[in-house]
Amino acid sequence: MSITHSLWKTGLKTGLIGGVVSVLLALIGMVEGFSQRDIINEVISMGHTLLLLVVVFITYLSAKRTTSRTKVLALVNSLVTGIVTGIFLVLLVILGNVVNLRSIFVNASPVLYNIMTFGQGLMNGSLLLLVVAALIGLLTGLVYLLPNLLRRVLVTSLSSVVLAGVVQDLLRPTLAAWGPIAVVSEWIFTANGLSLPGAIVLAVVIAIILLFWSFKGKAIQTGVKNLPSGQQRVLRYIGFSILILVFLILPQVLGLFLSEVLTIVGLYVLLGLGLNIVVGYAGLLDLGYVAFFAIGAYTAAILTSPELGFFHFSFWSALPIAIIMGIISGVILGIPVLKMRGDYLAIATLGFGEIIRILVLSDFLRPWLGGAQGVGKIPKASIGSFEFARPQEIYYLILAGCLLVIFISLRLRDSRLGRAWMAMREDEDVAQAMGINLVATKLLAFATGAGFSALSGAIFASKLSSVYPHSFNVMISINIICLIIVGGMGSIPGVIVGSVALVGLPELLREFAEYRLLVYGAALVVMMLLKPEGLWPAEIRRRELHEGEPKTTEQVLPPEGGLSSNEEGA
Amino acid sequence: MLKKWRRLKERITPTDIVMWVIGGAILALIIWGSTATIAAGRYNSHHWFDFVIFGLAQGSIYALIAMGYTLVYGVLRMINFAHSEVFMSGPYTAYFVAAAFYRSDFLDQHPFISLLVIFLVAMITSAGIAFLLERIAYRPLRAAPRLIPLITAIGASFFLQYVFRGLYGSGFQAYPVVKIFEGEWAFGEFRILRFHALVIVAAALLLAALYSFIQRTRIGKAIRAVSEDKEASYMMGIDVDKMISTTFVIGGLAAGAAGVLYALMFKQVHFFMGFIPGIKAFTAAVLGGIGNIPGAMLGGIFLGLIESVGPSLFLDGLGIIAPYQLKDAIAFTMLVLVLIFRPTGILGERLAVKKA
Repeated sequence: MSITHSLWKTGLKTGLIGGVVSVLLALIGMVEGFSQRDIINEVISMGHTLLLLVVVFITYLSAKRTTSRTKVLALVNSLVTGIVTGIFLVLLVILGNVVNLRSIFVNASPVLYNIMTFGQGLMNGSLLLLVVAALIGLLTGLVYLLPNLLRRVLVTSLSSVVLAGVVQDLLRPTLAAWGPIAVVSEWIFTANGLSLPGAIVLAVVIAIILLFWSFKGKAIQTGVKNLPSGQQRVLRYIGFSILILVFLILPQVLGLFLSEVLTIVGLYVLLGLGLNIVVGYAGLLDLGYVAFFAIGAYTAAILTSPELGFFHFSFWSALPIAIIMGIISGVILGIPVLKMRGDYLAIATLGFGEIIRILVLSDFLRPWLGGAQGVGKIPKASIGSFEFARPQEIYYLILAGCLLVIFISLRLRDSRLGRAWMAMREDEDVAQAMGINLVATKLLAFATGAGFSALSGAIFASKLSSVYPHSFNVMISINIICLIIVGGMGSIPGVIVGSVALVGLPELLREFAEYRLLVYGAALVVMMLLKPEGLWPAEIRRRELHEGEPKTTEQVLPPEGGLSSNEEGA
Repeated sequence: MLKKWRRLKERITPTDIVMWVIGGAILALIIWGSTATIAAGRYNSHHWFDFVIFGLAQGSIYALIAMGYTLVYGVLRMINFAHSEVFMSGPYTAYFVAAAFYRSDFLDQHPFISLLVIFLVAMITSAGIAFLLERIAYRPLRAAPRLIPLITAIGASFFLQYVFRGLYGSGFQAYPVVKIFEGEWAFGEFRILRFHALVIVAAALLLAALYSFIQRTRIGKAIRAVSEDKEASYMMGIDVDKMISTTFVIGGLAAGAAGVLYALMFKQVHFFMGFIPGIKAFTAAVLGGIGNIPGAMLGGIFLGLIESVGPSLFLDGLGIIAPYQLKDAIAFTMLVLVLIFRPTGILGERLAVKKA
């Protein structure tokens, strides 16, 4: 008796969680909001997909959490979870039909219930919903029992179909300009979601590619590894130049909207690399980083804008001044916080950021800084007759900035100063005992970060042709901190990956604007719970965070022989 | 002579001098501004009294929220960034109770009972959210480096904001007005708005209750022990996990109550309403010395007073236009000033040693 009891328990518990989550999802309006769009045209809408995906996910979790070794139990558990989740949803529908939930929950509308019951009316629909949830539970349990390879192929190909459906309105116009590909794309996509045959073909093609890679991939990798080192280097150069070429032609291919997104991502990469020096290398938690962005932008604006009429510099002569202003203010704001540590530092820098924004916003400084209306008519940057006006052109300006800043950060990281920063990050007292001048090292970190940020600000000002105080609120600083941590602290590729994930993706999914930050927040939490070292971590940090875990082959520490031989020499 | 000078030079670094110059300059500015304002006599004693009362009301709300920050910081050493959403969730949920009471006229017939119910609903909601937050988002991260929980907290903050936006809608909801707390009471020649008095008295009672709970009860003692040393208290038989949960619940109760007071004072609720008071309350906690319970109360009231009195007192005399726009700048300048001269906050000593 007690065995059967524990048999149900996991399924029931997970089902309760799943029920709450899916009801919440329905009540906050995501199901209804997404049901306008189809994943597969006239087969399944995005709202339904979302609701069912929750059930899939939760039942899979239930199967995975089954501790018993008997495989059938996993199946039973996921079935139970599916049914329980289904019951919750049905209860919501019935409750909503009896009581008017709408006086509290704005999204509990008849439309929502209609979607949830698949338009089949209350009785039939509720039954159908329950059956579908139970069926999904059963199917997920079966998928869980499949061999690893098959399961991976199935999951990946289905999720790529869903992904293609989500981004179809981005892909379709972009691909439309591409001759032969346009024909294929027109066949796969319809005006609303994928076409049914298109979805099937897409899933099959991806499955085949995956299968091929899993059988042959290892052989190709070892083949490349076994090449003589000269040829490997040639291969790497070829790969690198292809990458550069792709970056160079990207905006020409992608069209206006995607290029705009790219420029925004690029600006955040610049900001992120600057803050990466302060937070990632030197370990100084700076929540007022946006202040330097604002200082750079406003310096460029004051120097170039004819609206204020103080100066009439060109962008190129204003740029170095903006950077120098950033560096100076980095030092000035750095001095008072030299002795603070940890959270005191964070809150003091946050205070600085807010002070700068409030000062800029105030009527008191309006004659010089434009007040709430900001500064307009900032001229674009230009070389000769080529003007960086449209996003496709500004992209190159930002790309150049990014490459420069990446180069500087790379060189700094391996320099004496970089080592000093990292020593300070690990332990200030020990670093000082080792002869590091903490004052100079900290101020250099603040100054370098601020300089990068000011560069980004100046470009930002010329990109928008105007600056407003509202562009520089504390959320920007928080966003940059998040993208550094999510990318992987102290890692330069991490900053780029982080910007793409936290800035690029939300920009792309603008049409889901209402739920963007919800998903963003949830993603941050889940990311930190599952992969705290970030998406592309620096090697050292990954080792730190996975200390004590069994090492996989790739994670083996660098040969210790080298270290000990050094010691012998010394 | 030369030797003495050199030793002095070693002790006082150039950065110290710069800091003292900055601090001195701001102080001089404040004194100059205050004298000029008082000399100009644009404000009479009634104005100042109003400023102080408003500051006290706002400050005691900050103090209540700051309790949550400081308690959590004490036990976990983390900035609970999502505390502002804990603060928002209570009054926003209680709004529906309040609105129902208002519609049925119950609010005006039994104002104290309905206020009690509103408070209870808000406090329980906030405490529940705080409990779940700790259980789901923070507990698995106990051993992680310090920035990781911070990012989790930021993520949870966004998530909660937009969940409540999705549930209750994105508009401002006008909080119902309790009739007997409209109007003002007169004390001699001074007048005080009734709801300001309500806020101050209620917050003072709650703060006193909280403080004696932490100081006097067994649970309070256990919480203090956990914030002193987790391992040692574990060995003394204290259930550390349970105490951390309790801390979040207590912080949530305080935040929920503060939220209702805030809603009664500013008469509206919104899904984004937690952000600004949250940052202010955190500032207050740091100002008082984070981790220090009396410090949080003191910091909150100090911040509220500075925000309310500061703009007119310091800036008006300097001839600055629209000084009230700069109230946040004054609050943060005060913060920076306090941290320059006392890097551990007004009352914070304990954590100075432990690399806060």
